[in-house]
Formats: sequence, structure tokens, C-alpha cells
Amino acid sequence: MSLDAKTVTRIARLARIGLEPGEVNALGQEMGSIIDWVEQLNEVDVTDVPPMIGTGLAKPRLREDRVTDGNRRDDVLSNAPDREGPFYTVPKVVE
Amino acid sequence: MSSMHDFTLASARDALKARKISAVELTNAHLDAIKRLDGRLNSFITRTPDQARAAAKAADEVLAKGEGGPLTGIPLGIKDLFCTNGVRTTAASKILGNFVPPYESTVTSNLLRDGAVFLGKLNLDEFAMGSANLTSAFGPVENPWKRNGSDAKLVPGGSSGGSAAAVAAGLVLGATGTDTGGSIRQPAAFTGIAGIKPTYGRCSRFGTIAFASSLDQAGPMARNLQDCAILLKSMAGFDERDSTSVDTPVPDYEAALTRGVKGLRVGIPKEYHAPGMPAEIEALWQQGINWLKAAGAEIVDISLPHTKYGLPTYYIAALAEASSNLARYDGVRFGERVNGSSLDALYEATRAAGFGEEVKRRILIGTHVLSSGYYDAYYLRAQKVRTLIQRDFLNAYENVDVILTPTAPSGAFAQDEKPTDPVQMYLNDVFTVPASMAGVPALSVPAGLDAQGVPLGLQLIGKFFDEETLIAAGHVIEQAASFTHRPAIHAGVSA
Repeated sequence: MSLDAKTVTRIARLARIGLEPGEVNALGQEMGSIIDWVEQLNEVDVTDVPPMIGTGLAKPRLREDRVTDGNRRDDVLSNAPDREGPFYTVPKVVE
Repeated sequence: MSSMHDFTLASARDALKARKISAVELTNAHLDAIKRLDGRLNSFITRTPDQARAAAKAADEVLAKGEGGPLTGIPLGIKDLFCTNGVRTTAASKILGNFVPPYESTVTSNLLRDGAVFLGKLNLDEFAMGSANLTSAFGPVENPWKRNGSDAKLVPGGSSGGSAAAVAAGLVLGATGTDTGGSIRQPAAFTGIAGIKPTYGRCSRFGTIAFASSLDQAGPMARNLQDCAILLKSMAGFDERDSTSVDTPVPDYEAALTRGVKGLRVGIPKEYHAPGMPAEIEALWQQGINWLKAAGAEIVDISLPHTKYGLPTYYIAALAEASSNLARYDGVRFGERVNGSSLDALYEATRAAGFGEEVKRRILIGTHVLSSGYYDAYYLRAQKVRTLIQRDFLNAYENVDVILTPTAPSGAFAQDEKPTDPVQMYLNDVFTVPASMAGVPALSVPAGLDAQGVPLGLQLIGKFFDEETLIAAGHVIEQAASFTHRPAIHAGVSA
């Protein structure tokens, strides 16, 4: 079943992806057919089955609380699309 | 000069150590091949010939002193998903079109530590999302193989399509790949080369651009399993900068190559007899069974009952993780920016312009399955089914040592035969996804050609951290198949 325009628009807003009005219907159809296809998981009995969160092969580790990296401000900023001195710029957020 | 293109990674290593060839001439021969063939194949996004020549020269100096690491002077290609210090790293996306990492990924650091020479960054599906290398912002990659009597451009598979094509065409002696649901194994099968997806946690993910973090795993792609074994030893190892890296010793994979399969129990899962699978793939699978049996393995019929749920589970889990991971591309700290009148407008315009269609579709579905009201129905349920898929494998390994299946349900298809339905495209990964979901290691080896002369691969799936048994069993298949075919487009063929 195709996702309706309102749903697609809401999801795109959550994902911060701008859509052209002309894209919404086609996307709704494609997403709807993928969602229909994954619905087959409803056949599976998952009573008392725990969710798998990772493979569980790596053990959580503790380490000494000390600085291991840092003082690389210019490296960190080197790919900024726009900056003023050591700051990233964005459009005005607070009036 | 053409003999320079007959080397495997292992034989080049031995020739370099014996000073029969120099690293500079080996690198130059490969750079020349790239220049000759890659305008067409498009397997590289970024070429680094100057750095490569400098590294080869340094390698010769080390080798002249009788020193050097396991890969000193070996020309490799790096999938453009691994961050390389000072060299543009794009993930084949417009949004990272000018991204120059100020640091090196752990996997590539390890290869450099061992002396490898990088020839450049290899093409892939955008953010590793695809099975045909058709979604790259830098254009599709052409498979160097041709169907008999046809010049149709075939896809190299994906997402590591550039890695696969470059290795198959002899442009590099080996390449790094990453595999989230089959992205090493399926392109390896499509291009007649070998590829290993190691156990999740075997290779560090640090500095590898994330797609689905609980699945992404780096691995080697090369002409044969000996070459893959050499690369894997170098790439693998514990890394404290990856919280899912596992601290377990790295064995000498190359030494496992000739162990044989005598007494090994090989499982054949009945669920992999997929409806509609071409008869020649069934036949190849049976051939693989016969080869292993003839070498002394015991064949055991097994069942992996949740196989059919692998793909839908994968597409929920992987897309949910992708939507979270790709949230970082917001046009503020790095990557391309498209300005807007407000911060939200900037985000929306940046992401609309920077991501391709398939990536947008996947982020949107991932966002949907994680959104309030849908999380339990989709994401949580998929994680539970994932547990059942993993249990299938763990149960099977009570009784068998490895599992043999085809790698993909078809050989390489033509670029213009791409299915228009996304779900049809996803079916390419039907045999590779379950092992990814379980986190177990798997590999693909070339095992034959189809009726049209296009390579087909067989997949072996193993126990956690038992890549050695996989390599040993894979090598038996390699030797029995004696796959010495070369693609139509190859560095060793004069144009």
C-alpha cells in the first residue's frame, strides 16, 4: 500500500530531507511497496525472543579516564563549509 | 611488460623480496594500466599516482636493505569509504564530494604499516547502498567481464564494485572492501575474484564511513584466497577506538590455506534452494558439494529456517541504522552545504541536494521504522527476528563446521537490465544477508562461468572467528575449479 502524501511529508520532515512536491507521490509508492514487503515479518513468532543488539562478541571495556587525543582544532574545522575563525556558521537561530 | 600483470599479490610479494622486480616498476605498470583502462571502467574515484610512486620508491629502499613488512611495495586500491589522511574520501556521495579527512582509518593504517602502496580510492555505491554500483555520484562502474559475443556493459555488483572491477581487471593486486549485507561477496562473485567478509569485530570500523554500524565489516578482495589471507592478516586486529572490535589474536591466515577439508563437516542449507534460481547455479552448487566431498569433507543437510526473513529484517535494521548514521551530514561541520533562510531550511536543502535517490529512500524508510508509533512494530520486531536468524546459525554449528551456498542468485546483469522495483534489486543479497545478520564470517570464491561466459561464485559461511577453516575449504574449491579465466578487459591484454 502506498504511503499517503501527508505521511511521506512528515517522515521527510523528521529526516530533514527537503522534497519537491512532485517527488512525494512516487516516493510514497516506492516506500509503501518496501514496507508491504517487510510486513512478512509479522508471520514470525517472536514471543519471548530478546532483540539482538549487536553480536555480543565484544565485551564492554573500561579504561583510565585520561585525554588520548585532542588539540586538533584546525584539523576538526578543516572541512567546514563555512566558518568564522574557530566557529562554524549557521543561519541566525535566535531572534 | 605484460608479465607485470600476471602476478598475484603473493607472487609479487615473493618477487619483490627476491629483488626480481622493483616496487617502482610494479607500481608504474599498474598506474599505466589504470590510465589505459579506467577511463572506461570508472573503478577509481580518486587516483593518487604521485603518492603511489613516492611510496613505491620508499618501498624499494626498504627492500634493498633486506627489510620490509608483509606488503612492502604491493599496489592496492582502497574503497572510497575508508578515510585516508589528506586524500579526498567521498563515499561516492556528492555530500562528501570535497571531504579531505585529517586522519587515517585503522584498516588503512594497518596496511600502510605493513608497507602497502595505495594507487587511489575506489568507486562504490553511494554510502555503500546498492548491489550494482549504479548509485555512485561519480558514475557507474563497468564490470570488465563481457557476455560471449556481446558488448553490453555489465554491472560489477555492489557496493564494493570499484574494488571488484579494479582487482578483476588487474589494475591493483588487491583492494579493501566493506560488507554490510553482501557488499564484498556479491561483487567478488560478479567479477570472478575472491572476497572475505570477516567476523563482525575482526577488522576495526574506526575511520570507515558508517552505513549500518551493527553490520558493517571491512574485508579483503583479491584474485585468490591466498592473496585475501595475506591482506586480512594485515587489516585485522583489535582497536580500542572501535567499541565493537574484539580483542582476540590474529592468526596466520595464509598458513591455513593448505589445511584441507578431510573430516570437515559441511552444511548444505535446504532453504537456499530459492524458487526461480537458475539451473546453472544449482548445478554449480552441486559441483561445489562434489569437490568438497572428493577432498574428504562430510556433507550434511541442514536447515536455517529463518532464511527467508533475512532480507526484510536486514532492510529494517540496516536502514534504521543508516538513518541515524547519516544524520551527521547536515552541511554545518563538514561536507557540502546548500544555504537556507533558517537552520532547518539549510539542513533540508543540503540533504536534498547532497544525497542521491537510493540514499534518500533508505534514510526515509529508516526514519519511518524508527518513528514514534512504528518502532515496536518494525524495528523492535526485526531485532527479535535477527536473534532467530543468529540462532539458526549457532544451532547449525552444533553439527557442522562450515556452510556452503551460492553467493548470488544470478551472474552479473547488464547496466540497463537494472530492476525498476527496489525490492527486486534487494534480492541480489538474498544469500549473503543472513551471515551478515548473524555476524559470522563468510567468503566468496569464483567457481565457474555461466552459459554466457560470466563468472559465478560459491559462498562459504563459518563460525565466529574461524576464518581459517573458511579459507582452507575455499582453497579446496579454488583448486578444484582451477578458475584461470580472465575478463575481456584486463591489464594484461593489449588493446
